[in-house]
Amino acid sequence: MKLLVCISNVPDTTTKITFTNDNTQFNTAGVQFIVNPYDEIALSKAIELCEGGKGTVTVLNVGEAITEPTIRKALAIGADDAVRINAAPRDAYFTAYQIAQYAKSNDFDIILCGRESIDYNGAQVAGMVAEILDIPSISIIKKLEYDGTTATIEREIEGGKEIVSVSGKFVVSCAEGVAEPKIPNMRGIMSARSKPLVVVEAQDVEEVAKVVSFETPPPRGTVKLIPAEETEKLIDLLHQEAKVI
Amino acid sequence: MSVLVYVEQVDGKFKKSVFEAVSYAKAIADQNNTTLAAISIGNVEESELKALGTYGAAKVLNVASEELKTFVNQAYAAVVAEAATKENANIVVLSNSFSGKGLAPRIAVKLKAGLIDGAIELPTTGDQFRVKKTAFSGKAFAITELSSANKVIALNPNAFGVKENPVDAVIEAFSPAVKPTDLTAIVKDIVRATNKISLPDAELVVSAGRGLKGPENWGMIEELASLLGAATACSKPVSDADWRPHSEHVGQTGIAISPNLYIAIGISGAIQHLAGVSSSKVIVVINKDPEAPFFKVADYGIVGDAFEVVPKLIEALKTHKG
Ligand SMILES: Cc1cc2nc3c(=O)[nH]c(=O)nc-3n(C[C@H](O)[C@H](O)[C@H](O)COP(=O)(O)OP(=O)(O)OC[C@H]3O[C@@H](n4cnc5c(N)ncnc54)[C@H](O)[C@@H]3O)c2cc1C
Repeated sequence: MKLLVCISNVPDTTTKITFTNDNTQFNTAGVQFIVNPYDEIALSKAIELCEGGKGTVTVLNVGEAITEPTIRKALAIGADDAVRINAAPRDAYFTAYQIAQYAKSNDFDIILCGRESIDYNGAQVAGMVAEILDIPSISIIKKLEYDGTTATIEREIEGGKEIVSVSGKFVVSCAEGVAEPKIPNMRGIMSARSKPLVVVEAQDVEEVAKVVSFETPPPRGTVKLIPAEETEKLIDLLHQEAKVI
Repeated sequence: MSVLVYVEQVDGKFKKSVFEAVSYAKAIADQNNTTLAAISIGNVEESELKALGTYGAAKVLNVASEELKTFVNQAYAAVVAEAATKENANIVVLSNSFSGKGLAPRIAVKLKAGLIDGAIELPTTGDQFRVKKTAFSGKAFAITELSSANKVIALNPNAFGVKENPVDAVIEAFSPAVKPTDLTAIVKDIVRATNKISLPDAELVVSAGRGLKGPENWGMIEELASLLGAATACSKPVSDADWRPHSEHVGQTGIAISPNLYIAIGISGAIQHLAGVSSSKVIVVINKDPEAPFFKVADYGIVGDAFEVVPKLIEALKTHKG
């Protein structure tokens, strides 16, 4: 079985988000980049599915050479090999198109993505890849069991879950619960250096969406403190002043 | 040219987020001097479909086929895209719900459309089509421009509100052609937590963190939530420790929410937690540590022990409700 995990290179979760060039560009100065946390979950699940020699895990990133430390991290976690499609990802369709083209010519059984990336929160790539390949996609999954032909999947819905069964090729986008994120060990880190990382040139695609500028939320006002002995005042304030209850 | 809105049903009913999507789609139709049609898939009764007219849907395409009773991403996307083509709609709107997030990208590819997910405002009018959306899990907004002729927009819950715009909705049966290969993923079972308010579209949320010490102490959180008619949420370490289900975890790597009221109890307010909740309209923080970072973003705060404050709050709320 051949599994493909799509990984995004995103700013570390502690990053204070700022912008440059008149708020048109994300300020990368001093920012540490990491494997998108949901993609890490997807990767950990893929590695689990292949345990005991049941298959191989390829990680794929659409990105320029600067993303290679992130790719190496994924190899250290346990992917067998890696692909970098050499382009700065533009819109989600551009990224999805590159992934789909690679997947088409390399015959993967399951493609795993994270539920969304923590930078643009798009949740677009997984569904787009599946649509381009004309195969099923199951989004925001919490559990995945696979017997080699059929997968039983739990996906999140508002206030509950759906149990979905699928066979043949498919794409999933993984959320928390699918697997415990794996931490690279020393052996993993050492072997990551020698694992294959191939670079593929990107194909041209028409641009459909672009971010023209960013804004940061307005600062919030100062907190109104209510003494603990007068807890009931909070209810009055929420009712009369804030008008939310 | 027209606007089409996909209306997601749950057990044959529409939720508030759907009426929000219809209200939003109607406003876009008005911006463009055009009409709004809705597409509903699954078994929804006529009276429920008619209710879409209240928010401005003049026509409702109703797909009531047995094989499409439950959500299948691939097939539903094909149906919505076919409806868009039939209605000559160049803008498709849907809720940025769990299903919406799976559906929108597929519809976009089918229609060769650019997609804006997590939209929180109406598009700009004029030469450029730009929509403000959340980014960096609520730490920022991205103004995104679509250059494609067709466009898909997934609207965040609680971002636009419902706006009545009554018209008499015409219900039209619609029988799309569904390929068997679009139905390979099959829903075997749906498990819904009963009597629970769903977190992503809740207007009021009561959330608790590691300060609560253990799962056995959640009774008072549940009670407070139920008195308020609120959904419950938690911080990441709480769901990691299995005190609460993962579906309640909010924040950068959990669910991003923007309720009218967010009450955070025994949560420190780490940057990753704030990322997913800071766009809540009103934030209340209860924490025994006056230095907890959460107080910096709170509107109201009580410095105190949750085990004393929450029971008092419950009593006060009971009195308030009479
Ligand atoms: C990659 C990554 C992603 C993350 N994503 C998320 C995320 O999405 N969501 C998230 O929540 N976290 C996330 N975190 C974790 C985050 O950094 C914090 O660790 C977490 O939010 C802390 O949770 P907490 O406030 O419940 O616990 P703690 O940090 O332990 O804080 C508990 C708080 O409770 C208070 N307290 C204790 N006892 C009482 C009492 N009796 N009464 C009142 N107050 C009391 C304390 O003063 C303290 O402020 C992430 C971390 C990483 C590294």
